[in-house]
Parts: sequence; C-alpha cells; structure tokens
Amino acid sequence: MLRYFFKRLLSLALSLLAASVVIFLALEVVPGDPAAYMLGLNAQEDTLNALREQLGLNGTILERYLSWAGGLLTGDFGISYTYRTPVADMIGDRLWVSLPLALYALTLSTLIAFPAGIWAASRRGSYVDAGVMGVTQLGVAIPNFWFAMLMVLVFAINLRWFSAGGFAGWDEGFWASIKSLTLPAIALALPQASILTRVMRSSLLDTLGEDFIRTARAKGLSKGQAMWRHALRNALIPVLTIMGLQFSFLLAGAIIIENVFYLPGLGRLVFQAISARDLIVVESVVMLLVFAVIMVNFSVDLAYALVDPRLRGRR
Amino acid sequence: MRLGKIGNGLFSVLALVASMGMAQAKSDIVVALQLEPPHLDPTSAAAGAIDSVLYSNVFEGLTRFGPDGSVNPGLAESWEISADGKTYTFHLRSGVKFHDGTDMTAEDVKFSLDRARDDDSANAQKALFAGIENVEVVDPQTVKVTLSAPAGNFLFNMAWGDAVIVAPESIENIKSNPVGTGAFKFSNWVQGDRIDLEKNTDYWGTPAKLDKATFKFISDPTAAFASVMAEDVNAFVSFPAPENLPQFDADPRFQVLVGSTEGETILSTNNKLPPLDNLKVRKAIAHAIDRQAIIDGAMFGYGTPIGTHFAPHNPDYVDLTGNSAYDPELSKELLAEAGYADGFTTTLKLPPPSYARRGGEIIAAQLRAVGIETEISNLEWAQWLEQVFKGKDYGLTIVSHTEPMDIGIYARPDYYFQYDKPEFQKLFEELTVESDTEKRSDLLKQAQTMISEDYVNGYLFQLAFPTVANAKIRGLWKDAPTQATDLTAVYWED
Repeated sequence: MLRYFFKRLLSLALSLLAASVVIFLALEVVPGDPAAYMLGLNAQEDTLNALREQLGLNGTILERYLSWAGGLLTGDFGISYTYRTPVADMIGDRLWVSLPLALYALTLSTLIAFPAGIWAASRRGSYVDAGVMGVTQLGVAIPNFWFAMLMVLVFAINLRWFSAGGFAGWDEGFWASIKSLTLPAIALALPQASILTRVMRSSLLDTLGEDFIRTARAKGLSKGQAMWRHALRNALIPVLTIMGLQFSFLLAGAIIIENVFYLPGLGRLVFQAISARDLIVVESVVMLLVFAVIMVNFSVDLAYALVDPRLRGRR
Repeated sequence: MRLGKIGNGLFSVLALVASMGMAQAKSDIVVALQLEPPHLDPTSAAAGAIDSVLYSNVFEGLTRFGPDGSVNPGLAESWEISADGKTYTFHLRSGVKFHDGTDMTAEDVKFSLDRARDDDSANAQKALFAGIENVEVVDPQTVKVTLSAPAGNFLFNMAWGDAVIVAPESIENIKSNPVGTGAFKFSNWVQGDRIDLEKNTDYWGTPAKLDKATFKFISDPTAAFASVMAEDVNAFVSFPAPENLPQFDADPRFQVLVGSTEGETILSTNNKLPPLDNLKVRKAIAHAIDRQAIIDGAMFGYGTPIGTHFAPHNPDYVDLTGNSAYDPELSKELLAEAGYADGFTTTLKLPPPSYARRGGEIIAAQLRAVGIETEISNLEWAQWLEQVFKGKDYGLTIVSHTEPMDIGIYARPDYYFQYDKPEFQKLFEELTVESDTEKRSDLLKQAQTMISEDYVNGYLFQLAFPTVANAKIRGLWKDAPTQATDLTAVYWED
C-alpha cells in the first residue's frame, strides 16, 4: 500500500515536471513582447530596454525557466509583468471567485442529476423517462454562454431580480456573493447536470440488469429496495468519474461564462493575461490548473475505494 | 410531479436571493469602462485605461485638459515664459495636499519631471520630456523649467496623464495605491472587477459633487449592453457596441452622448514596401476607398470622415477629404499609370478592435473593385505590435492613433509607416520651436496638407466617443480630448 502510494506520488511529480516544461516552451514560442504591449505606440527603444530589464525579460530561456520553476517549488509564483503584484496573491484572490463558482455549479448539477437520473431509470420506458431524456438532450445541446445570455435577458433585464454580472465580493456578505454567482452557476450547471443525469440513468440501468440484482429480487426484495440497497452504490463509479472531470472543467473552463458575467475569476485572469502577454501569470495559472486536475483525479481514485470495497484491498 | 417541486424550490431560492437588492443613492456613481488598467501608475505605461480612471480624478499635472481639449491651469496657477521661449516659471497653487496629507511643493514637481526623463524611466511618452534640460526649485511655490530649445507645445505636453505630479513619499506603491492631489482619492481595487474612488474632502479647488465613484470593467459587448439595460451601471463610457446605441437613445431611462476622440482611424501604409512606395499607387488606394461606407458598415454611422492625420474638432483642422474623394475610375487610371493596370496583391493585417476587423472586410472589397487583392490576417495586439509596429512586416493595416496632437509621428522616418520626407521633418522642427499661436496654426495646416497630398496613409475617420448614461446624470464629458473620465463635475439631477 505504502509502496503504491509513493509510486503514485513519483508519477505525480513527473507529470508536473513535464507539464511545466511543455507550458513554458509553448508560451515561449508565442510571438509578442510584453514590454512593447505595455508601453504602446509612442515608446522609445531605450524605454523598452529599461522596462525589459526591470521585468527580467533579458535572460536566456534556460535561466528564465529555472527561476520560474524554482520559484514554483518554494511557493513563489513570481511577479506579474503587467499588474506588478505577486502572481500568488492574484491567483489567491481569483480563486475566491472561481472555486466557489465551481462548487456551486457542481452542487446544483448533482442536486438535479441524482434525482432525475434515478427517477428516469426507475421508470424506464415511461413518459417520465422520455421526458427526462428529452430535456437532458436539450441541456447538452444548448451552448452555456447562449443560455447565460438568455437568463440575463429574463432575470436581469426584464425581471430585475439579479444584476447582469459582476461579483459583489465576500466583504459584502455571504448572500450577496452567492446571489451574484447564481446565474453563472446555473449556466455552468445546466449542461453538466444533463450529462450527469444521462450517465446516472444508464449506469443504473446497466447495474439493474446484473445477476446480483436478480438474486436480490429473488431473495424477496422489492424493486425499490433492490435499487437503493444494491444497485445505486454500484452505479456510482462512472458517475464519480464524470463528476471529477466536470469539477476540473468547471474550475478551468469557465472562461466564457466569466466573460459573459464579467466575474473576476481565474478564467478571466488567464484571458486578460494572454492578450497582454503577461506570460508569467499564464504559466502559473495553467500550472495550477494542471495541479488541480491531477489532484482531483487522485481524490476520485480514493473515492472509488470508498464506494467499492474490492478496490481497497488491491495492492 | 417531483421534478415540478424541484423546479418550484429552485425558483423560490432564486426569488429569495434576488430580493436582496439595494436602493440607489444619489451621491455615488458606477461607471463602466471596457478595459481594466494593468496597474495604477499613469507615468509608466501606455495603457489608456489608467488615465481613463485616474486622470484629473486622482492625479493632476501642472496644466490640465478641459472638456474641449483646451489647456488650462492645473496645479500651476500661472506661469511666465521667458522671451527666448526656453524658460518656464510655474507658480504653484498654495495649500495643495496629497491624499496622504503631505504638502505638494516645488520639490514634488522637480521629482516628477526628473523621474519621467531619467535614463531608467519607463514612461511611455518619454518624448514629452525630451526637451527639458533642467528643473530648478526656486522656492516651495515656484519651479523653473529650462528647455534646451523653445517648445511651442510644452504646456500642452504637461497636461498629459503621463506628466502628472507624484510624490516621492508614495512612489514605491503607486502601482497599487496611487496617491495624488485630485478631487477624488483612491480607496479600493478588486482586480478584475472594480476600482472605488471616494471624495477628497481636503481638495484645494471646487470639491467633487459625488461622494463615491466606482469604475467597473466590462469588455464583452453583449455583457456591456446587459449591464446598462439592467441598470447595474449608471454610465458606460466609450460604449463598445455602436449597433445598440439607437435602442438606448429611444429609451427615456438613458441618454446617449456621441462625442469625438483624438483617435484618427487610418489605413496605415508601409511607405517603403513596393508597390506602396509609389505615390500613384497610394493615391489610387485613397480614391478607391468609400469612407462613408466604412463608417456606416463598421461603426453604424458613428464617426467623422477625415482627409489627414488631424482631429476635426481642433481649430487648426483643414478639411482635406476632397484630396481622396471616392472615385474608383480615377483609381484604376492611377494604377494603370503606375504600371499596375492588372492590379497587385498586398497584405492587410488587422488588430482586434471592431473598427479594424469590420472596416478591413469593407476596405478589402473596395480595393478588390479596382483590382487590388489583399490577404487579410487577424492579429492580437501583441502580435500586431511585434509584426507590424516593430517588424514593419506589412503592406496595409487599420489602426486608430488615439494620442492627442500626434502628427509628429510623421517626422519619424523609423516609425512604422516609414514616411521619410526631409521637408516634413524640417516643417515639424520649426513647429516644435514655434510658440506664436498664429504661426503654429499656419505650420500645422501646412503639415496636414503635406501628408494628405503625399497620401502617406489612407485617412478614414475620427473615432466617435459614445457614452450611454442614466438620463439624470449631468456633467459628463461629451468629447474625449484625452483618455479621461473626468468625474469632478458630475452630479445627479433630482
């Protein structure tokens, strides 16, 4: 068990190292000079050089990689070229928007998907099942930014229940912040919930067709009892896999939704940083997201073991 | 049934969360801008967004721009200019305090100007300070600036956001905590979201009428529309979606101000790249372009046609649009004379703004009609700066030059148009040292005519400056003589 754990840890470290090299090199070949971007059309050559020197842009590739990667190891993400503040602080601030948003969306999607999936599976072939399948088909097909704009039109412009975007800030209180995250969270949750519902339903149906369910029914359990006691737990493994993937996606992939609702989250930070060639911010955020994805997958592996006792004993 | 309950539950949660709104007080304002400042030091970046938030509100210079572009006294109450035009003696206002409570004195002026022209300076407009030879503190209220040569536009230069007065005590943290002398002081910045300013109760001049001002940053045009419609923001300065303006105009809740900017939008041309180095070819391009079609198609009718690199609202402007009237037949003749009867192919590199992307498609079609094929490529700003601006690897591009009074760029042969004409350079040298208003006006007119007749670039239109605001707001600037959102005179009408 311990040996397995260390092996996992080593492969985790190697993946991170490989990711850091790929990210750094990919951004190095992108054309564009951050200093020229900052100083604009009237800048003189000596001013540009002075700024490049201040930003540490004049070193060789290897020097800059080592100073960046070395900093990451000690928790020092460097100083943003454009904002001139520590990248770690900026990421910290943005995480307070992106992380709650991802959790909020994931909670909504789970709260919708579990009941809907179970309900559809338990009434397979009925109108209920057909209805759920139809709605989720729509949910997968509708682009989330379009749905977001539709909600803004209805709930912000016509009904005036919500603001059209922006983030209140946690200083303004918990509910004010939750309120400003509600429309974006729903927009993000809808397609996720649709996918999750369909996975939940089909996984449950597969399990319900297994021999051990027939055995349970033969033992005298009702259809409902067999489902709750035996089928559900077994059906959860694919659902957990999808949820893990979805959480990583929600954390990293909310760029468009964050722009539609002008939320100060990680996605918008990366978006702004790419156009300003604030490479150190882009590199560090992408690295953090890689780290997050790897950690989420690791946690999902642990969660498998919780729902499936067979996995606990192995190795 | 059960789904219905879930739906109802969700709906009531939505309603509950939604009912926690706040009433709008009349002494604060939320102003939206498209771009967020990268940091808050106007003296070390070109980003216009910094000035859009801080100019005149938080930071002030020796002189300042008025709403019509005139140069007015700022922190300097008055000044004397020596007979040879080389020495400016500024008399500073008394009782001016920085927001941290320290006094603003001649020492601060010297510090600010010396810092801007230093070798290590990262000032994006360092050329503004190039003529300064020496800055001398006479007494705490008087400062003497000596120039190496007379400069007719020195007072104008000192009004720029890049020339504001900063204090040595607070310079270290200026990028995150700007300390100026203005009618508003900086209070808070939530990066990616908003900047809050509050009224400076110790202000030396007419105090601000608002207690609090918040700047929000919304770049997406659709989100911009929604934010104004939902009245999340009270004013949107430089509104990014011109197609929505008629709708706001028709809505009694809003007012629409369409002013002018200092942004000459031009079809920049590489004057060294064959066949564009041929005057006849450039003239042919100019006559092939239908400006009004571009203004209507790309800007939904907002924009003023220009025939040279000068702002039409400036008193010294000469209307030279006749030099490049839309005449495709003449254009074809000129091409034939130049030896390109069958046309030619060149590149058209477009930066991100919609005037360039939309305008580029229209210009490409107009040029095709006279036989000139263009290969369009869409670039990000960073790529554009690298390839076009620095690398001069382009044939044609569209860009708006937003700096005020920037006709001097035509005197720089290494500038990306690569227009190298000794007569113009001489003319501009004369202009630089001339301080007589009438003679300056004459020289400026000559300069405008020269570049227009040389067809250096295709001159398209002056970028419009649309502001959408709540109908009850008064005192906003209609025009944008510099990038600024001066809120010092803004108030709510009852």
